[in-house]
Formats: sequence, C-alpha cells, structure tokens
Amino acid sequence: MRGKLGDRALYVYTWLIILWLASPIAVMILFGFNDKQSKSNTSWQGFTFKWYQQLFAIDGLTDALVNSLIIAVVSTILATVLGTLLGLAVGRYRFRGKGVTDFLIFAAISTPELVMGASLLSLFVSANAPRGHITIIIAHTLFSLAFVVVTVRARVVGLDPSLEEAARDLGAGTFTTFRLVTLPSIMPGVAAGAMLAFALSIDDYVVTSFVNGSEQTFPLWIVGAVKVGIPPQVNVMGTLIFGIGVLLAVANAISARRKTTH
Amino acid sequence: MRRWTPYWLALPAWLWLAIFLVVPIAAMASVSLTTGNLIDGFTQTFSVSNYTDAIAKYSTQLVRSLVYGGVATVIMLVLGYPVAYWIAFKAGHRKSMFLFLLLLPFFVSFVLRTISWGFLLADDGILFGTLKGWGVLPQDFHVLATTVAVIGGLVYNFLPFMILPIYVALERVDPRVIEASYDLYASRLSTFRRVVLPLSLPGVFAGVLMTFVPATADPINAQVLGGTSNTMIGNIVQTEYLVNNDYPTASAISFTLMAVLLIGIFIYARALGTENVLEAAAR
Repeated sequence: MRGKLGDRALYVYTWLIILWLASPIAVMILFGFNDKQSKSNTSWQGFTFKWYQQLFAIDGLTDALVNSLIIAVVSTILATVLGTLLGLAVGRYRFRGKGVTDFLIFAAISTPELVMGASLLSLFVSANAPRGHITIIIAHTLFSLAFVVVTVRARVVGLDPSLEEAARDLGAGTFTTFRLVTLPSIMPGVAAGAMLAFALSIDDYVVTSFVNGSEQTFPLWIVGAVKVGIPPQVNVMGTLIFGIGVLLAVANAISARRKTTH
Repeated sequence: MRRWTPYWLALPAWLWLAIFLVVPIAAMASVSLTTGNLIDGFTQTFSVSNYTDAIAKYSTQLVRSLVYGGVATVIMLVLGYPVAYWIAFKAGHRKSMFLFLLLLPFFVSFVLRTISWGFLLADDGILFGTLKGWGVLPQDFHVLATTVAVIGGLVYNFLPFMILPIYVALERVDPRVIEASYDLYASRLSTFRRVVLPLSLPGVFAGVLMTFVPATADPINAQVLGGTSNTMIGNIVQTEYLVNNDYPTASAISFTLMAVLLIGIFIYARALGTENVLEAAAR
C-alpha cells in the first residue's frame, strides 16, 4: 500500500518537473502575441498577431537566422561525411592509432566549449585568418563531428560482416558494396548523427561567439539584443522553429511505429 | 590494399581534429606563456606569471564558477534521479512519451530558453508581477540578478542531461534482480540502496560529467540572469579574449579552467571506483 502511494507521488512529481521544464516555452510562445508598447517585453499588454505579420521586419535578425541555417546545413554535411568515415574506421577495423583516435573523439566531446572556442580563436589570430562564415563552419564541424562518430560507431558495431562478404562474393566491388549494403544498414546512425549535428550547430552560442568576427548568427543576435530589449519577432521565430521541430519529431515517431507494426 | 582502408577512412577526420583541436590547444598553451599585446606582438617568455596573475586576479570568479557548477549539479542529481527512476520502472508503455516531453525544451534555442526563463523571473513579469499585484510578495522582492537565478538557470538548462544517462542505466537493470532482492526479504529501501542504486552509478557518473563541465564553464546564465555580481569564469574568458584582447591572460585562465575540470573529473572517477574514465564516458 505504501508502495502504491510512493508511485503516485513520483508520478505527480515527474509531471511537475516536465511542466517546469516546459514553462519557459509557454512564456516564449505567449509573448510572441504580446501587444507591447514600451521597449521591454516582460509584462503582458494585450493580444496581437502583428509580430507574425511583421516577422521579417528586422533585417539584422532575419540575416542572422539565414546565416544560422546556412552554417548549420554546411557544417552538418561536413561533420556527417567526416564522422561517418571515422565511425566506420573505429567501429569496424583494428588498426594502429585506434587508441589515439578514441582519445581524440573523447577529447572533442569533453573539451569545454569555452576552451574550444578560445583555442580556435588563438589559432585563427596567429594564422591571420579573417573570422566569418568559414571559421564558424570549421568550428561547428569540429564539435559536431565527434557526436556523428559516436552514433555511427554504435550502429557499425552491431552490423553483421557476413552481409558485406556475401555482396563481395556476388561480385560487387568495394564501392558498390558500400553504397548498396553498408550505407543502407548504418543509415539510422548516420541520420541520427546528422540531426544531432544540425541541432548542435543551430543552437551554438559559446564557440561561435569566439570565431564569428562580425558575422551574426541567431543565438548571437538574441544575446546581443538582451540589453536593448528582445523584439517579439524573436519569440515568433522561436515558436515557429519549436513547432516545426516538434511536428517533424512526431511525424518521424509515427512513421517509425507504422513500419514496425506492418 | 585492404590493410590501408581504416587509415583512408580515418584520415579526413584525423586531419580536422588535429588541425582544429590539437594544434589550437597547443597554440593556446604556448600563448599562455607569452607576454605582450595584440599591437606590439607577443614574445615567448615561458614565464608562468600569466597564470599566477590570472589566478590571483580572478580566483573569486573561478571559485564561484566551481561552486555554482557543483551546487547546480547536486540539485540536478537530487531533482533528476526520481524522474529517471519513475520513467524507467513505472512508466510502462508511455516511456517514450515521457522522454519526449522531457526533451521538449531542446526544440527551443538554449539562449532563447534562458531568456524566457528570465522573463518568468522578471521583477514585473507574469509570475512575480502578478504576485506583487495581489500583495503576496513585497514590492522590492526580486530573484533576477541573484545567485538563485543563476543556479536555477543552470539547473533548468542542464537537467535533461542528468536525467537521460541515469534513465539509460536504470532501464538496463534486470527486473528479476529486483525481484530476487524482495524474495530475499529486502525492504523497498534496502533494495534501492543495495541493488538499484549501485547498478545505476555508471549513469550517475555520465550524468554528472555531462552537467558539471558545461554548467561550470557556461557564460550565458550568468550573463542573462546574473546581473553584475554573479560573473562566472566563462564571462571572464569572453571579456579577456573579445573585449580586452589580452590573449596571454585569457589563455592562462582557459587552461586553468580546463586543468581544474580535468583534475576534478579524475578525482571523481577514482572516488567512484571507476578505473578508466574513458571507458565510463564511452558507455
């Protein structure tokens, strides 16, 4: 009887934590509809759709969002290609330098973002490299890469090598085997890694703040605007990104469930 | 020919990691031992004065960051463990729904989440403003720009990273082990203490690692929620690098921070009896 009561308490507690974690999201969505009059957007002043109509009215913000998207796409592609290849190497083969490679992957994941950003800036300064799009893409590829390696490796390790042998026995060359057998079977790992890379890139503030030069990204622009007051368009963009993300995730979960039940 | 395959596969990523991770950290180590400034250039002096100066100047912020990060991590562990426990053992077929709900905040940018959290805590915001209007709270009550707001923000932002690894570890616990414990007349409490908790320790280890390091080095929560009296080491590194352009000092602080965190991780790993940190982190 006491056990049942404890379970109920834990159930209520779990919901409270979930609601707490979600409450700032509710605030973000709500204040995208706030008909604010003054600079600050912290107190509720009435309902309006006008920020949705004027979504792209702030040039700097729109440019920052577009920059973020371009950087996320390019760095995701780079990190996914490099990470998948390395994931295959460490998941499949035993070779000299594997220990060092594992350590490098661990280091790339566990180095504090602050140190990563600061050290990259040191490199770019001493190489006299101008900071901008390219340096941001380099940095984002760096911190995403290791996460792709980890997700791909997990998939490669569980792979049955006899499948590839069979393909080769049937006369497929190295590239054909890779394209028709290996790649499709590690695809879920590659896709998960790519999604993680995209999410990490579009959300990053700390590393980017060191290597951006005068280039703005969505998170950087928002932090820069804190002192002068966040325009409601930021809330609207956040709401739209949130909505699209949740829709995609739910659609993905439903289609995965369909596949397993049919 | 096939003998070389792993090297060809690894080469591009190796180069990337070597050029953009290893070389920069080495470069930073070397810069931290120079003197000079951006205009006159830096000269290698191999003097550790940057370190002693930086530590003397910023020891308050360094200690404050470690304390904030540590306190936030402990709170996350206490708040997060019961959630992970309930989802792993009691949620049944709704497990994935609850995990999805926990991950919901990640669909909103980290920066924006922190700012929204600031909205909630604002003096005239919908929470405190309303309570003040009702006369429940005194007019001069405020949370924003205090230690509570910063630690609260850290806990809020990193809590899912504590819950998930613990959940993964608990989820792997074989229910028959728990049944066996009950069959041997262990109470609920001693079953938890002597069976479930030890089996979940790898998850706790991973969770603490994934929250303590980013929370200690985080500049955003202090910047957005902390006001002027809660500056953390992350803010110092940013200012020294980006505003003052004092690269030697900034490098020395970054290195000190990394060293302190690494030493902390190793002591912690030892205390927990995990022989190999790499292995524990890889799980």
